[in-house]
Amino acid sequence: MASPIEELKTAIRQALPDLDMVIAWTAGPDSLSHTPLFITDAADIERIEWDSRCSQNLAGYLTSLRGKKVGIVAKGCDARTIVELLQEKLIDREDVTIFGLHCQGAVDARKVRTELKVGRGVQGVTIDGGAASFAVNGETQTARLGQVLQEKCFRCTGADAEVCDHFIGEHGQPPQVDDAPVSTLDMLEAMGMEDRLHFWEDQMTKCIRCYACRSACPLCVCQDHCAAQSRDPHWVDQTDHPREKLMFQALHALHTAGRCTECGECERACPMDLPIMTLKQALNRQIKDIFDYQAGTDPDKTPPLFQFREEEEHIKERKW
Amino acid sequence: MSVIEGKELRIIGFLCNWCSYAGADTAGVGRFAQPTDLRIIKLPCTGRINPLFVVRAFMNGADGVLVSGCHPRDCHYSEGNFYARRRLEVLKALLPVLGIDPGRFEYTWVSASEGQRWRTVVTSFTEQIHALGPMPTFAAGTCLDACLHQAF
Repeated sequence: MASPIEELKTAIRQALPDLDMVIAWTAGPDSLSHTPLFITDAADIERIEWDSRCSQNLAGYLTSLRGKKVGIVAKGCDARTIVELLQEKLIDREDVTIFGLHCQGAVDARKVRTELKVGRGVQGVTIDGGAASFAVNGETQTARLGQVLQEKCFRCTGADAEVCDHFIGEHGQPPQVDDAPVSTLDMLEAMGMEDRLHFWEDQMTKCIRCYACRSACPLCVCQDHCAAQSRDPHWVDQTDHPREKLMFQALHALHTAGRCTECGECERACPMDLPIMTLKQALNRQIKDIFDYQAGTDPDKTPPLFQFREEEEHIKERKW
Repeated sequence: MSVIEGKELRIIGFLCNWCSYAGADTAGVGRFAQPTDLRIIKLPCTGRINPLFVVRAFMNGADGVLVSGCHPRDCHYSEGNFYARRRLEVLKALLPVLGIDPGRFEYTWVSASEGQRWRTVVTSFTEQIHALGPMPTFAAGTCLDACLHQAF
């Protein structure tokens, strides 16, 4: 049987004549993270790469390509983003062809650089059991998954693209990581309230307000109308103060509440390595508890904040 | 926003025009004694409330935030408070992660005729905020902060 990447190339080769474009990954300037490839010419299909270095969630491009016939390669978490975009009617199902994959986990380029002291010349990554092997200059370096995977992968709720037109390879389970580090959310919950505030103050002091988190977020679709830039109402001011930066993170988290699929792009894009997905995880956990809802799982479901029930089963209002 | 030093804290109340604001008025007309820490902001409906109003209030130095509107099924616009309830429940998960004590924020329903209930709500919420004390602030502020204070 053909390897997943050969199977993927064959499927794309067959589908390309009916599509305007296919979005996949290819090797980029950084050997630890693959870069998007926009295929319009069949000759480019040979350049496709697929392994644990394919981190970027390509679904972020779909809204701006609306109206075109687009094929897209998607891991489990990317496919959930596509479903969320479908639910919100930001893209049209008939225009999108999804090539779904089973993901073994995505490596965190920053962690690999610090843990393995490997920066350049990574030729391949294979994940087997609880370890990842990196082929570097003819040698193999191995690391535990807990050391090198992205934080989102430790809480993966489904490694397969559930909603897709062509499933490539075999279905499987999320990576089994027995040495996952403590998540920021768990760490915060063990702290007192004031310490949590000071934790965020320290983190936000590092923020350079590049808004890469917003640009990378596939669900940030307001474009030129972002509330962070608005002067009336003036939600966030431009002062270099951790309070304003934290305000922006609260704004981002609340605008993606009930929509965020935890694809991890905000954290991956952050040049200062700030744990900003933590806020979104906290909201998602609450949404799971009170509305029994997980974003991006069912294209026919309405997101919980777009609807209500007169009697809310799991909401306990305060009795004065 | 001036407060009576040592006696009052900054509490913001977002009240809907149709029920809770009128309920607070009823309490006033009835001359019920109430704590004076609460500053009221009148809104057309709790459905108008963006959870970010609450976050912004805390970031700007509020010690407590109270949201109050019409009882479920009594909304002037039929369903505003149903949406508000969902949004505010979600907000409740965000505040403690940011380091804002969950006891600093509450939402409730008070109708126009419930002056007595309004007094109970304001009194108990104010007591609750006083028990928590002033909202902790960021430790030192930034260098720029210090410069700004000198400049202006």
